[in-house]
Amino acid sequence: MLTGVIEFRIDRRSGVSTYVQIVQQVEQAMRLGLLTAGDRLPSAREVVEAIAVNPNTVLKAYRELERAGLVEARRGLGTFVTRSLSSEATTGGDAPLRRELAGWLGRARERGLVVEDVDALYFAVRDEHYPPPEERS
Amino acid sequence: MTPLTATAVGKRYRTRWAVRDCSFTIPEGKVVALVGPNGAGKSTLLRMAAGLVRPTTGELSAFGTPLRGRTHPDVSFLAQNRSLYRDLTVRELVRACAAMNDRWSTDRVHEVLGLLAGVDHDAKIGALSAGALTQVAIAVALGRLPRLLLLDEPLSDLDPLARDEVLRIVMTEVADRGTTVVMSSHLLSDLREVCDHVLLIDEGRVQVDGDVEGVLAEHRVLVGPAADEAGVEGKLIGATRSGRQSTLLLRGAGPAPAGWVSTEPDLESLVVGYLRASRERRSSAQRGHAGRGAKSA
Repeated sequence: MLTGVIEFRIDRRSGVSTYVQIVQQVEQAMRLGLLTAGDRLPSAREVVEAIAVNPNTVLKAYRELERAGLVEARRGLGTFVTRSLSSEATTGGDAPLRRELAGWLGRARERGLVVEDVDALYFAVRDEHYPPPEERS
Repeated sequence: MTPLTATAVGKRYRTRWAVRDCSFTIPEGKVVALVGPNGAGKSTLLRMAAGLVRPTTGELSAFGTPLRGRTHPDVSFLAQNRSLYRDLTVRELVRACAAMNDRWSTDRVHEVLGLLAGVDHDAKIGALSAGALTQVAIAVALGRLPRLLLLDEPLSDLDPLARDEVLRIVMTEVADRGTTVVMSSHLLSDLREVCDHVLLIDEGRVQVDGDVEGVLAEHRVLVGPAADEAGVEGKLIGATRSGRQSTLLLRGAGPAPAGWVSTEPDLESLVVGYLRASRERRSSAQRGHAGRGAKSA
C-alpha cells in the first residue's frame, strides 16, 4: 500500500472549518511542490485513523478539490493529484521570491519585531495588493 | 431510509417533562452532535431512540419502523454509565453478548478491541481504565453491526488521549461502514471536529437542527453601536450589550447596516448564543410568574 504523501493537521482553535483546512493544506502542498501530479492523497480512512475527524469532512474536502480540477477520484484506487501548482517562484529553498521574503523576515527579526507585528504588517500589505473579497451577506 | 425520525415526541416523568414536542430527522450517514446543557433531555431522547423508554407523546421510528419500547435490530446504544457486567472478563462479556444478539460479529468486536493499544481479553471489566471500558462498550455495540449508533456521553470521564482515541474508533466505523452516529455531549468542543450535523436541545425542546455548515451560514453575529439597532434585519436569537456596544446573534440576517460588522459565528458561539437566550427566557418567565411557579412558553 502506498503511504500517504502528506499528513493533515487540524488547528481546532483557528475558527476555520475542518474541510477548508484540508483543502488549504492540499493546495499549499501543491504550491510548494510537495504534492505533484500522480500523487495519491491519503484515503478518508487513513486520515481518520491519524486525526479524529469525520470521514465525510475529508471526502467533502476532496470533492471540493476535484471541482477545482486539482485532483481526481479513481474508483477503488483513491484520489490523485492531477496537476502541479508549483512554479519556480514558489518551489525550493532558493526560489528568488522566497529568498527575498526570508531576507525581509530576517531584517524584521533584527529590528525586534515579534511574530504578531510581522503578521499584522504582512496582512496589511497583502490586503493592499490582493484586496479581500467582500463579506457575503 | 431515514435512520431516525422523531415526531412530536415528549416524555413526562411524574410532573416534569424531560422531553417536549421534539420533531427531527437524522439523515443517513451523518455524524450528529446531540448537544445541550446537563438535564436538557439528551439522555431521555437517546434512550427513547434506543427503544429503552417509551415516549409519553408522539412517535420515534428507526429505518421506517416505529419503535414501541423495543430496540431496533439495526440500532446500537451505548449508555452513559457503560452498563457492563463488572465481574466478567472481556472474553466472557463478548461471549455473553454473542449469545444475546441474533446478528453478531465476533470478528468485528475483536477488530475494535485490537485498535489503539489493544484491550486484554482476560482482564476483568471492573478493573479496566475508563478509556478501555469505553473501548469495550463500543466494541460490543459495534458487534451488532448497527446502521445507527447512539452514544450517550461517550467521552465523559475520559482523559484527552482516550477522548481522541475513542473518536478515532467511532470515525473509523463511519469510514468503514457508513454508519450513522448520534453522539451526545454537554461539551460541544468534544464533538466539533467530528460532527457534520447538530441537534441542540434545551428544556426538552429542539433549538437548532441541521447540517453544521448550513446552520452556520444561516446565522450572523453583528457587532455595532447599542444606540442604533433599528437598522438591523433578521430574527434576533440573542444579544449581549455592554455600554455602547451590542453583539447580536441573528438568523437570516440582512446586510449589516453602516457602523456594524457582520461575521459568521462558529459553532460554539452559536450554541452558546441559543443557550443563553433560552436561559434568559426561562428566568424572565420565572420572574413574571413569581408565586405561580414557572410556566413554559
